[in-house]
Formats: sequence, structure tokens, C-alpha cells
Amino acid sequence: MHKKEELRAPVSQKPHVVEKPENIDTIGGTVTLELNEKKVTVPLGTTILDACKENNIHIPTLCHHEDLCVAGVCRLCVVEVEGMRTLQASCAYPITSPIKVHTSTPMVRQARKHIIDLLISEHYGECYSCFRNNNCELQSLAKEYGVDHYNFGHIEKPRYEVDKSSYSVIRDMDKCVLCKRCVRTCIDLQEVGVLEAVGRGDQTRISTFLDKPLADVVCINCGQCINRCPTGALRANDPRDEIWEAIDDPKKHVIIQTAPSPRAAIGEEFGQEPGLSYTKEMTTALRRIGFDKVFDTNFTADLTIMEEGTELILRLYKALVEKDNSVKVPQFTSCSPGWVKYLEHFYPEYIDNLSSAKSPQQMFGALIKTYYAEKNGINPEDIVSVALMPCSAKKFECNRPEMHDSGFKDVDYGLTTRELAQMIKEAGIFLPEMPKSNFDNPFGEASGAGLIFGATGGVMEAAIRTVYELITGKNVEDFFENMNVTPVRGFEGVKYAELPITEVGPVPDILKPLVPNWDWVKGATLKVAVVHGTANAKKVMEDIKAGGKFSECHFIEFMACPGGCLGGGGQPIPTNKEIRAKRAQAIYNEDESLTLRKSHMNENVLRLYEEFLPEGPCSHKSHKLLHTHYTERGKYIA
Amino acid sequence: MTTNKQKREGAVIFSEYERGSAIKKALSMGRDDILFELRESKLKGRGGAGFPTSTKWMLVAAAKAEEKYLICNADEGEPGTFKDRVLLLEYPELVFDAMVVGGYTLGAKHGVVYLRGEYEYMKKSLEDYLEAMRKDNLLGNNILGKEGFNFDISIFLGSGAYVCGEETALIESMEGQRGEARNKPPYPVNTGFMGMPTAVNNVETLAAVSHIVVKSGAWFKQHGTDKSTGSKLLSISGDCKKPGVYELPWGTKISELLELVGAENTKAVQVGGASGICLSRSEFDRTLAYEDAATGGSIMIFNENRDMLKVLKNFMEFFVEESCGQCTPCRIGNVKLLEGIEMIERGEYTFSYIKKLKDLGNTMKVASKCGLGQSSPNSFISILDNFSDEIFNNVNGGSHA
Repeated sequence: MHKKEELRAPVSQKPHVVEKPENIDTIGGTVTLELNEKKVTVPLGTTILDACKENNIHIPTLCHHEDLCVAGVCRLCVVEVEGMRTLQASCAYPITSPIKVHTSTPMVRQARKHIIDLLISEHYGECYSCFRNNNCELQSLAKEYGVDHYNFGHIEKPRYEVDKSSYSVIRDMDKCVLCKRCVRTCIDLQEVGVLEAVGRGDQTRISTFLDKPLADVVCINCGQCINRCPTGALRANDPRDEIWEAIDDPKKHVIIQTAPSPRAAIGEEFGQEPGLSYTKEMTTALRRIGFDKVFDTNFTADLTIMEEGTELILRLYKALVEKDNSVKVPQFTSCSPGWVKYLEHFYPEYIDNLSSAKSPQQMFGALIKTYYAEKNGINPEDIVSVALMPCSAKKFECNRPEMHDSGFKDVDYGLTTRELAQMIKEAGIFLPEMPKSNFDNPFGEASGAGLIFGATGGVMEAAIRTVYELITGKNVEDFFENMNVTPVRGFEGVKYAELPITEVGPVPDILKPLVPNWDWVKGATLKVAVVHGTANAKKVMEDIKAGGKFSECHFIEFMACPGGCLGGGGQPIPTNKEIRAKRAQAIYNEDESLTLRKSHMNENVLRLYEEFLPEGPCSHKSHKLLHTHYTERGKYIA
Repeated sequence: MTTNKQKREGAVIFSEYERGSAIKKALSMGRDDILFELRESKLKGRGGAGFPTSTKWMLVAAAKAEEKYLICNADEGEPGTFKDRVLLLEYPELVFDAMVVGGYTLGAKHGVVYLRGEYEYMKKSLEDYLEAMRKDNLLGNNILGKEGFNFDISIFLGSGAYVCGEETALIESMEGQRGEARNKPPYPVNTGFMGMPTAVNNVETLAAVSHIVVKSGAWFKQHGTDKSTGSKLLSISGDCKKPGVYELPWGTKISELLELVGAENTKAVQVGGASGICLSRSEFDRTLAYEDAATGGSIMIFNENRDMLKVLKNFMEFFVEESCGQCTPCRIGNVKLLEGIEMIERGEYTFSYIKKLKDLGNTMKVASKCGLGQSSPNSFISILDNFSDEIFNNVNGGSHA
């Protein structure tokens, strides 16, 4: 019989894919159907739902999500197909013959209304006490279908305990509509597999392995499930109350660092089109909310490049020149806490491949309560350090026990884009109309290289801009037009690039203590890969395990979330490919508009080294503050 | 529980049959000839849905794939059926020979019996039987000397979910997944077990195939009606003197059946199990046939002393528990129907709400993902319609309260 590995049918079932012909103009490449009595021609295998979208016919959906495989379980998208005894789920019906479809018959309308009534009857909770109020798909459906009373009753008592065990993701199963988007996100999109339906019939619920709390299973905290949940069943662990309290406490010095991705997406929370950056409006809003200082995480992204880039050079030198077998290559990036935890659970044997450099968030945290506190004469105890992140896993990361290198909790709170938008609204501010202002110094100036960390490929591009210049002594523009390292850009799940180093220059001062010369890289080819989404990470890791092409790489960027940070679990809901592409464009546009676009040219970073880390990158002190270690977690948690 | 001994043998399935004869005959025929005989016979699936067996086999036979599978659906889970048990225990040759014939006709190398979890006790004897077939070269490589024809049968034990009798849920279950129906299309004949073309046939369907191959399609269709050829094994239970497995030609009237089994003062007959329909006395002249009262084999007889609301409640409790829970209409709809029954029991209902629930039942019939939710409202609607006097008057008399 067939081997299981070849045809793994995930629990959520792969969709039936009718292979579309390469050229739809060939005979049989298209099919003409009747859609509400109108003849339309679509490529063979198009679903009825997609055919309807193409033809501006609205079909309500709930379990459908374009990032995910088909489930066909909510049944809201049912339509009549002539000749079929029952209604057909349009999301799951590939058109292969000239069918006749009716999308709004009495039977169809009645069925949809019934389904909404049934879902609402089991949905506990009141809209006004839900964070998804006004951004809830169930609520929208109820409005769309004019639900004005509970036709089949309404559940009055909660049935489940809210699981608040995780630093990142909170599960409130009373709001769950069993669309299984979270299950499909976890199993198919991310290939983590923490969530699954258990029980049967009316006892069906989404649960974890052995019903354990989320903190005790292999959840990587990526929060992709939150972004795809149609209701408020999944949400991030929200620190707004604590942050307001700190802001309102005059004794506290509350600073916020802001990651590159939130600024490219936060406008969406204020009804703006995706793809517009509100960086400077956001800094003003943050000050008006009451943050004492507003810093740019891109600064420590630049610092990360210095540390991680140096680490890469050192690793390669030790491995290739000194033939030190204890040094692991390829080096993996470590900025994405979801990816880090994924590796700790699923590939713990590769922990030594992870860059020991902390993520920009945690570098920032360590510097705020040391360098910044010293420089400004503030007692680090009085500093409350908040990190605005596009990410739910950052909440976990700042709570990792090892993240106390400043002597205090380096970062006190991780705040998501959604949560900040909420705070801005609570402060009575309409973000898009804010006057513009700059970040505060000394961490206010950052390069475009730090900024593009937000998109998949960004860390790699930033590293290449720096490493190329440090090694060749030439401008990166000489190799890549307009500094855009296009081979590592784009949304392809796994990108691979070979970058030949044809010439070398003198070793720059900052690296002189570490390498004597560049002769050993001359003529070499730097092999790099960029991976986003842990399902893709799994592919690459399995390839590395098998000694394939990726095991020959020198440096691999991994991001847990599809699209990179801009698609993070703390970003505005909804998300889809188009939205993520627009956010990426916003980030790249902003990068191009800057004059400073290379991390090693950031003078504030260089000053930091001069003043605070005089021994340079990867030195003893930088190791103490800016580097970290990881935990072998494994798949089995006692 | 009725024992296997209580049975009435009819002229088709229980007619004489020599072990291995269908295989011998089939191997001397072309694949097309076998498919032709099947089409001639007009045999339809005996599990309940009544899909033409020849069409199913033709689709799998015509499919091009590196592997194909033939699955015998022995997940006999419909409340009130036990006829497959009799076939498997007493006439395994009919079932297994047909599977070998199927393997030959479809080009499949593997046959799987999906055996109901509760039938675990017969696994050993079935495996012994298969082993004996291997010894006689009725299974294995180059079967009966037919060069290149290799086929074997394994037994897969189900885990007790009713929904796994639905063919795509059955396949999911075999693949190690939760027993949940798949989206259709694609159908298993195209994308079945492990994504390969798969024929899923009921035990009784296969038993009929063995006879058709040996005795011809023309012989088979002499029995039954024009649209429902052959005979049907019926599992008779309930208020009658002689419950058991009966082979009767399609077209038999309910009243004839009741007489045969010694049922007296019958008030209702549930045809087709919990998912079937409930007939009242005025409909006893209806016939058992795909075109009239269709059944996968379950016939439950209720006499005058039975409380039809309790009968209905029992069915609905079954569906609430056995719904796989994936699709909205079935998962929540069945709960609402059951709650409606409880309201009637308590006497706290309005006719407008009952009407609303019947409408909901009609939505479930068309909008549910699989046959479970599509048929579970049948008994709700038919019992409330056919026994409204009893149910609603009783309530007024307070007997349910």
C-alpha cells in the first residue's frame, strides 16, 4: 500500500485540486457554466466561490480563508447546482463541467439564515465585551442576514474555562464556531499541529494534546491562528491595563520601542488602505498617549546585523579556516521568537546553528536598562520597557527567564499592533491625522536595513548590505542596483541565492580583533536561503537533515510567520496575501526613501560601540548583553 | 439480540453458491464482460444510497492510477441492521470472492474489509478464512494461475463511529484521521483511499456480485422490480414474533412483510433505520424498493403500545451523539431537533416553533456535508407528521410530561 509520508492527508483534509491546464487556451482548458442564468467561462477546476468572486457575486463564507486549505464545514457558502439533490459548498466545488449554479434561491437563503442562527445559538458571549467587536465575521454575517433575534435560542452560560496559560495566545472556546481555521493554520499552514478537533457531535471542540494548557504544548506562539480566527475565540495576551498603569504612574519612566512592521499596518486599524506607513504619525500618537520616550527598534535591528553578521564571519572563519568542527554552519537567524521556539521543539539538535545574537527587541531591552539608564541617570528599576511588535511570540520571548541580562526584566511588555491601535483609540486619537514627529535619540536613528527586517528576506538583505561592504570594501550598490538585494525578496516560501565574492578589501577596524584578512573568502560563493512560515522551515530543516542543498548554505533567514513579521500574529485582522504584499511594499518604499540604508553606517550604533562596547561586536560585554542561549525543548513535554 | 439462526433464505443471495466459483468464472471472462453483466443486472448499492454498482466499478476500472483499492464496507452501523453480520459469518465466500472479482475487474491489488469495531469478535475467523483462500490460491499472486493477477485482502477494524459507514469518512478513518466525511466531489472512485481510485461497496452488494458473475445479470434481474432488481436482506427487529434476517424480493409490501414476521397490532414501521422514514398504518401498502420505501436493510416494527415520541427521541439522541461535529447544520441542527422533542415532552412548545424546526430539518437535508446530517431529520419530520395526533394529543393529555 501507499506510504503515508507521500500522501499525508492532514486532519483538516487537503482540498481537491483539479490541476489547471498550463495554458487555459488549450481545448478543455476552460469550462463555461451558467451562473445565475449568465454564461461565464472560467479555467477548469475553478471553485464556484472563486467563479462568483470573479463575477461580483457575493457568497457569504466563514470557514473559508484564502491562506488555508478548504474545509467545507460551515456550509454558509452553499449554492444550488442544477441536478444535484443537495446544496453544494461553493468553496469546495471545483467546476469541471458546464453546470448551472444558482446563488440566491429561497432554499439557499433559508439554509444560510438557518446556519447563522445555529452558530449564534451556540456562541457564548456578548459583542460589546469582545475584542473583535466590529471586526468579527460572525457578527458581520448576522448583520448581513438581518438577524434580529435568537431564532434557536442562545447559550446563557459559558461551557469552557478560558485558557490564559500562554504568554501569547488566549483561547476562549465559548466563542469558537468550529470553523477549524485555527486547526488548519496550525497543521497545514504552519505544520506545528497544536490544535485539533476532539470529541464528537455536540461535544466537538478544538483542543490541544490531552487538553493541556497552551503553555504546556508545543505551541510556538506565532499567533497565526489569532489572525485567522473569525471570532474572538483566540486573542493575544493583552498587557494594555498594565501599560496604562505604568504610564499613569509619575514615578515610572515608560519607554516604547517600535518594530518596523506595525507602522506599515497600523493604519488598517483606523480604516485606512493596507500598504500605507504611519511611522511619524505613530510616534506623535505614542507621545500623546504618554510614553516618555519613543524609540525605533530598527536601531537594534542595525545592531543585530553588526552582531549577527560578525558572528557569521567568525563562524565561517572558524569552520572554514580553522577547521573547527564544533562550529555549526549554516547559521540560522534568531530574530523570530516563533521560529526559535519551533526549532527548540522540533529540531533541538540544531540549537547550535541558531545565531546567539538576541532579537532586536531583546537587545533593545538589555540596552535600555543599562546603557540608556546610565547615560540618562535613570534608575533602571523605574524604567518600564514596552515593545511594540507585530508579534504574539514576542510576549513569550520577553518572558523567557534568561532575558534578564540587564539585571532586570529586559523588556517588560510586548504590545501588538492591534493592542496599540486600541490604546490610541482609547486616548481619543485618530492616528492618520496626527502631526508627524521623529523618534527620540539616542535610539531614534536607524537604517533602512533595520526597517526591512519586517519583510521576509529583510534580515538577509540587511546582512548582505553590511557583510558585502565589510568584506569587499566597496559599495553594495556596485553589486545590487539601488542597494535592493532582489534575489532574497518576494513571497516565495523558500528562496535560495548564491552570491559570489569576487574581490576583497582590507579588514575594517571594527573587525580587526577577529579576523586577520579576507583572503579566505576571496572567490568563494556565499550561499544563503530565506524561509518564512514554519511549514517551509520544516521543508528546509528536513533537507538539511538529509544533507541536501540547504545543508551547504552559510546563512539562512527563518521567520515563523508567512510573509515575515509584517504577517505576524499581532498584526491587524484580517490578513491575506494581498494585504501582506501591500505591507511589504510600504516597508520597501520607506527603505528607499531613506538616505541611511546600511546598518554599519548607522552612526548611533557606531557610537554605542565606542561608548559602551569598546571591544566591538561579539566581544565579551556584547556577549553578556546582546547574546543569549536556547533551550532544548523537544516535542514531548512532561 | 437476534441470533444468526433466525433467517429466511430467499432466491438470490442465499441461493446455492460454490466457494471460489465466481473467481473461476470471472478469470475466464474479460473485464468488460464482467462490467457488462453487472450493468445488465442493474444492481444498486445495498448500503442504502443505491448507487449503480456497475457505474462505480466502471469509473474505477477506467481510472488510470498506480494503485487502486476495493473496500468492503462492513461498518454495519445503522441502528437495526445486522444482515452483514450474517453474511460475513456464514457466507464469507460470497463477499470475499466478489472482492477478488472486483480486484480483477478494477485492476486493484488490495482489498480491505472495513469491519465494524463491535464485530471484532469475528476478525479471527475472517482472517482464518482469508488464510485458507491464500492456501487455495484464491488470494495472493497469480490467482488460480492467472498470470499477473495479484490480489489480497486485509481487515481494518473501525473504532465505533457511526459516521464511518459513510464512505469518505470510512476512508479518512482508514488513513488514520478523524472519521469525518470529505468534500465531494471528488468522489472516492476518483480520489479515494490515499488519494487513489477506490470502490467502496457494501457487504451485501458484493455478495450479490458473486451470484451475478456466476449466474448472469439476466438471472439476477428476474427478481425484484424493474427499478429495484434482485432481492434485499432485511434485518427485522421490534414488535414481532419472528425477528431476524429475511431475504425478500424488492417490491414486497410492508403489509406482506409484517404478516411474514408475525407482527400484530403494528402502529409504525421504521424503514431504513434511524436515518430512514417512519411509516404509519395508512402507508403499509407501500413497497420496499428504491423507487418507493428504500432501505439499507433495517426494518423496525412498533406496535400500539409504543410511544412514538420516545422512539423519535431515541433516534435523535443517537444522531446528536453520532454527528461527527464538523458541519454546522448537523452538529447544531440535531441538537435543536432533540431540544424540540424535549419541549414537546414537557408540553412547552408552540406549533410555530415545531414548524420552524421542521424547516430547519429541511435545511439540514440539503445543506449538511454528508449523508448523516442529510438523513437525520427524516425520522423527525416523518414521525411528527405521521403521528401528530398521538404525539400532540398525548401531550395535551399530559402523558409525556
